[in-house]
Amino acid sequence: MQSTTLTLGPVLFNWPADRWRDFYFRIADEAPVDHVCIGEVVCSKRQVFFAEVLPQVIERLERGGKEVLLSSLALPTLKRETRHDAELLNGRHMVEVNDVSLLPSVAGRPHAIGPFVNIYNEGTLAFLASRGARLVALPPELPRSSIEAIASALPDVTVEVWAFGRTPLAISARCYHARVHGHSKDSCQFVCDRDADGMTVETLDHEPFLAVNGVQTLSYAFCNLLKEANDLVDTGVSSLRLSPHTCDMVAVAQLFRAVLDGQRDADEAFALSHDACPSATFANGFVHGAAGALYV
Amino acid sequence: MTSSAANDLELICPAGTPPALRVAVDAGAHAVYCGFQDETNARNFPGLNFSRADMAAAIDYAHQRNCKVFIAVNTFPRAGDAALWRRAIDDAAALGADAVILADIGLLAYAAERQPDLRLHLSVQAAASSPEAIRFYTDTFGVKRVVLPRVLSVAEIADINAAVACETEVFVFGGLCVMEEGRCSLSSYVTGRSPNMHGVCSPPSHVSYHEADGSFVSRLGNFTINRIPARQPAAYPTLCKGAFRAGGTVGQVFEDAVSLDASKLLPALSRAGVKALKIEGRQRSRAYTRAVVGAFRAALDAMANNTEIPLGILLQLSEGQSATHGAYVKTWR
Amino acid sequence: MFTLSFRRDFRVPDVVSSALRPLPLLPLEIFLQQLASNIVTRHPDILTRIGRTDLLRFGIDPTDVPFAIEIELRDGVVGVHLRRELDEQSQHARISGTLAALMRLVDGEADGDALFFSREIVVTGDIAAVLALRNAVDAAEIGILREAAALIGLWISEPGRLLRGMLTDEPRRERRAQDERFRQ
Repeated sequence: MQSTTLTLGPVLFNWPADRWRDFYFRIADEAPVDHVCIGEVVCSKRQVFFAEVLPQVIERLERGGKEVLLSSLALPTLKRETRHDAELLNGRHMVEVNDVSLLPSVAGRPHAIGPFVNIYNEGTLAFLASRGARLVALPPELPRSSIEAIASALPDVTVEVWAFGRTPLAISARCYHARVHGHSKDSCQFVCDRDADGMTVETLDHEPFLAVNGVQTLSYAFCNLLKEANDLVDTGVSSLRLSPHTCDMVAVAQLFRAVLDGQRDADEAFALSHDACPSATFANGFVHGAAGALYV
Repeated sequence: MTSSAANDLELICPAGTPPALRVAVDAGAHAVYCGFQDETNARNFPGLNFSRADMAAAIDYAHQRNCKVFIAVNTFPRAGDAALWRRAIDDAAALGADAVILADIGLLAYAAERQPDLRLHLSVQAAASSPEAIRFYTDTFGVKRVVLPRVLSVAEIADINAAVACETEVFVFGGLCVMEEGRCSLSSYVTGRSPNMHGVCSPPSHVSYHEADGSFVSRLGNFTINRIPARQPAAYPTLCKGAFRAGGTVGQVFEDAVSLDASKLLPALSRAGVKALKIEGRQRSRAYTRAVVGAFRAALDAMANNTEIPLGILLQLSEGQSATHGAYVKTWR
Repeated sequence: MFTLSFRRDFRVPDVVSSALRPLPLLPLEIFLQQLASNIVTRHPDILTRIGRTDLLRFGIDPTDVPFAIEIELRDGVVGVHLRRELDEQSQHARISGTLAALMRLVDGEADGDALFFSREIVVTGDIAAVLALRNAVDAAEIGILREAAALIGLWISEPGRLLRGMLTDEPRRERRAQDERFRQ
């Protein structure tokens, strides 16, 4: 049986180009991940920042033995945005589709589908697989029972589950970073660059709750499925997705790899993940069919 | 030109119960949308929706009065358990519904194959926000109409209409999703119950209210969503309309407690080429349905007759008793 | 068909409210019990729509009259009790507002959400139960004053029955059965 792969999802946040490049260089050299998705998913205005370093990053990742996938925007509405997404198909890399708008263009060629396209059941996956979907990241809110039903129905598709990092919960036309800082979206002054892991949203009772990343809203808690990893493999899941943060993602990837390979006990790895991401609160509720904010 | 366009505009009205449907039909709806009594539709609230017998009678009532009935089957079927959703489609066809409103790709494929004569509308929950996305649904499944997500400006809607062959329907009144519909898991993050899977957002089973220090406090699950001082309008604790702290400020980070009211934009939406105007509120009462449908029908009639559109009579029905144009106006972003 | 409804801004005047205070609640309780039983018999959909078979106890508190109403639903039977004051612990959910607001809600003249937004009604407790009740009642198209007037008419023509109801403690089910007979 083929071993379970690890995918590093795209950096969702607005990082300076240097940090972005250095992050991927270290991933290329040190992280035991199989697929790396890169590209801007959240806000097309950020694309210019890393366009220049993108070729070096791809080259370095490939030299490190990673398969590079190009991620499309989650909510393209402008012509310039749909055109940008269509251009991703001109290269030699597999594209990760994050919005239905790109489905007609990828039909008939192998492609990946990201967690922003709604695949809630095996009927939808069967349809998409018949058009060339090979690697498919399921929506993070799905419970284990749904994951199992989908993965077992289509064993030829690599089914991937959101396993680490703040969980994307919503996307909007409105930029909340701009709104909180009193700017409009069109003159946002890129204030989202102040929060490299997202801006914490607390309740009025000072309880940390959500994280804002421009037009995207994420969970405050970091999803962490180290303890569920091997059970998910039993359900037919063949890839786990780790989402980049400023904490030690190489260490996180190593922990997942070690647990999947049976080289480290899951409880022990979970304890060590606190050291890799000291400021993170962990949650696993979604996969257990509970509130996503909970650690069950 | 406005006159002829307004004549063609359809008013699509909500009905959570059979009496609400009759009220909507009588108040001048061109079409009513409603759902079955289960999680196949996105307003799966206690006490709402239609049994099969209710639906048959409702369709009969509407059709006798020249009004269409659209059945929303717009949640995403549970994996391994799609029978309930498929049966909803088959029953909608058998009952003579004028269209089904769907969001899930697998279900669209099923409907297109098994019920080729059934007219398919794309739910707002499918979040088709570009001409390319819309063409995927029209070309692949023969979708005839797309309900546009509430993330687009009027200018963008006009561009879409110029680029696609199908009809478009837009929301003009009612509860406003701030996030793109069908791609929001805020509710399940807090309660474990989501619009996509269970047909509920911020479900009442997880809501609690109490008074504290003279304020009206609303909570959803384990989180405080708002504290409203005495005498200020209250709001249901819909997550995205709560008051929070972020970036050193305190307030409504995502959206104020407001409802959408695009009545002033009707001529602009008509010029943008939309075919149908949709009123939100299947969970609201007959009184709401009567007032809102009546007001919008009067507005459409005024447009058709080139007389002034009566405005502003619906504010008391709005959440927080205030209204917004939402994303239709670009500065909202 | 005649319609009866409350004006939106109607409030029971304080003087009336004060005058009501010393009156015994039992006759009114019997009347309301009968009214509720009639409504549920005539609109069985209400209970189906609420869709719960477990015991559900609602406290209805009209803020401008000196008593509150406790409505109990269990296994398709509705029970009504009047209380001088609601004991917060003993109901699953409570709804308060002026008598007019509450009546307009029952009659479908007012929108529950709108009354809630404007804080003319206040709800606490099991909000899902409150919404189920509200949706079910709205769907039933009850004309509460009409139902009450009809019942008063029946009572006036049946004074003996009124007395019997006041003075005896017949089990509720038997009274319901009597209702059926009187209607035929």
